[in-house]
Amino acid sequence: MSRFRLLAGAAAFAVLAGTAVAQETIKIGVNEPLTGPFAASGTYVVNGARIAADEINAKGGVLGKKVELVIEDNKSNPTEAAAVTEKLVTRDKVPVIMGAWGSSLTLASMPKLMEYQVPMLVETSSSGKITTSGNPYIFRISPPSSVEAAAFKPMVPKMTIKKVDFLVINNDWGRGAAEDFGKMLKGENIQVGLVETMDQAAQDMSAQLAKIKASDADTLMVTTAVEQLTLVLKQAAALGMKKQIITTGGSQNPDQLIAQAGTAANGTIHLATFAPWQPDATPNPQAAKYFIGEWKKRGFEFPGVTESFRGYDGIRTIAAAIQKAGKAEPEAIRAAFWDVDVKGLNGDIKFQKQGPAGKESGQSVPNVYLIKIDDGKVVVPTM
Amino acid sequence: MSEFLQHIANTLILGGTYALLGIGLTLIFGIMKVVNFTHGELYTFGAYFVFLVVSVLGLNFLLAIPVAILAGLLLGGVIELLLLRPMRGADIDTTMLVMIGAMIVMQNSEQLVWGGVAKSVSTPFPETPLVIGPVSVSYLRVFVLAMALLLIAATYILINRTKLGKAVRATFQDRDTASLMGVNVQAIYTATFAIGSSLAAAAGALLGPAYVISPHMGDIASLKAFAIVILGGLGNITGATIGGFILALAEELGAGYVSSGYRDAMGFLIIIAVLLIKPTGLFARAERIG
Repeated sequence: MSRFRLLAGAAAFAVLAGTAVAQETIKIGVNEPLTGPFAASGTYVVNGARIAADEINAKGGVLGKKVELVIEDNKSNPTEAAAVTEKLVTRDKVPVIMGAWGSSLTLASMPKLMEYQVPMLVETSSSGKITTSGNPYIFRISPPSSVEAAAFKPMVPKMTIKKVDFLVINNDWGRGAAEDFGKMLKGENIQVGLVETMDQAAQDMSAQLAKIKASDADTLMVTTAVEQLTLVLKQAAALGMKKQIITTGGSQNPDQLIAQAGTAANGTIHLATFAPWQPDATPNPQAAKYFIGEWKKRGFEFPGVTESFRGYDGIRTIAAAIQKAGKAEPEAIRAAFWDVDVKGLNGDIKFQKQGPAGKESGQSVPNVYLIKIDDGKVVVPTM
Repeated sequence: MSEFLQHIANTLILGGTYALLGIGLTLIFGIMKVVNFTHGELYTFGAYFVFLVVSVLGLNFLLAIPVAILAGLLLGGVIELLLLRPMRGADIDTTMLVMIGAMIVMQNSEQLVWGGVAKSVSTPFPETPLVIGPVSVSYLRVFVLAMALLLIAATYILINRTKLGKAVRATFQDRDTASLMGVNVQAIYTATFAIGSSLAAAAGALLGPAYVISPHMGDIASLKAFAIVILGGLGNITGATIGGFILALAEELGAGYVSSGYRDAMGFLIIIAVLLIKPTGLFARAERIG
């Protein structure tokens, strides 16, 4: 009996000590795909987030408290993403969340944000719907497809594009990209041909590619994550496709494409949201160099930088909002997001209002770059 | 017309792969009646094994394939001995739950060991495709097709023409009688599961380099394998082979001429049709009862 009481006492002490420690930190929820088809990308973002949290804590934290990331895996599955959001809010009591990588994952989480009135910083998703559906808890730092398309617009006349086919991942991200880019191209008097889709887990796209090969379009625009993109490039090469390939979405990891698709990646053009190959040419060279240096120091592979910088920028933006809010409470953080001005790795992060009046979401407008893979190297074409 | 010919070429290439996935599972699911959720994970295991041998140890790709098949044989044997042997006589649901657990453990172990970033394996085959008239295919995929047909033929002969095959068929038709005839029934269970597993590993070893290798690659492979087995009729090697090619044809023509959004649905529509019209599968023979 006495031993039982001793154990119970120890357990109670551990619980109390645990809460005591917890009170000294500010929790930030992180809802990312760490398993499933987007595991690689989600892991990159989380590792970027960790670098930001460590950097913030080394400088004394936020509001005198250390930042603590509560990282949960949404399994690349929208249902799980919604459950993770709920768990982070109700069990971990986080006042703010970063997530959820994919558009479908983010969209599934959004009703939960409304329900519990907790803000979420969206670091990667591109679907336009996220900021236009009237969810005032959404603040996005990644470019929606329409911003990417608008950034691409002045480059179009300098390229030889007459007719475009699309091959996109069959979810909100891919279909949204085909729609936004299609609209922009039609405005430039460029024809839009086929719009083909592929399941997010699909490994064989040769049927779609055979159809696209037979079309009279000169350009193929592809939207998906790096793994599936590798397969598309390899299978297009195997079919002897000679069309110009342009990819969108910012999750292409060009160095990984070069390593894994080999010669099939040559000649392909990519719309990227961060160009770490020349840190001096980025909008914020000092921070970019620090981040790339820290990334390498931790033994992560360089190709991940184009994805992980979003996790880094996301957590820094959240920390800035908490600092401005003066307290780690959801409503105060939500209000403070409107006033942040963070020097992001890809331009200044400031939120503009988007969506129906009265319940606008925040959208920051980052830079978009056009890069090309030439002879196994990333080059920035001059135009 | 040239597009159609390309679709047919793609069907042959993809069908060979599907058939290989199907025959491994038809041995385990069809003949042994074990709902084997680890099939996709053995496929993944074969792919990572080739990656290990080629990219980490630096050995030849052609050598890596038989080594991976052997490793799959051993792993399958271990799974049977550790997980299925104690479950002998348990009902199908209990075994199914154990296999789901095994699948989750295997998939997460793969991610723990190799990380979530996909791996690729370089092969000795040229990157430029083989072009015959309007049709273009990669040399690697032609090699995969040839190897798949070879393995299918070898399995067919093993099950239908050898003494071991006869013992396998006898065991799963009537375990007690087979046992009375001197068949080592326990060993046959282990051997059948190991052979089925080695075929999954073979498919992974051949296809990993053609695709990219990632911890979740087995999910879709497993799903297609079950579809093929049901399409072809449980336990029927010829059925699984033809089923693989039918599924590939449905996907190719479905995506090419109907809608790519429904590519993966095409195969399942056919399966629903088969289950409605001929529930035992397209090529099932009448089963002996008693």
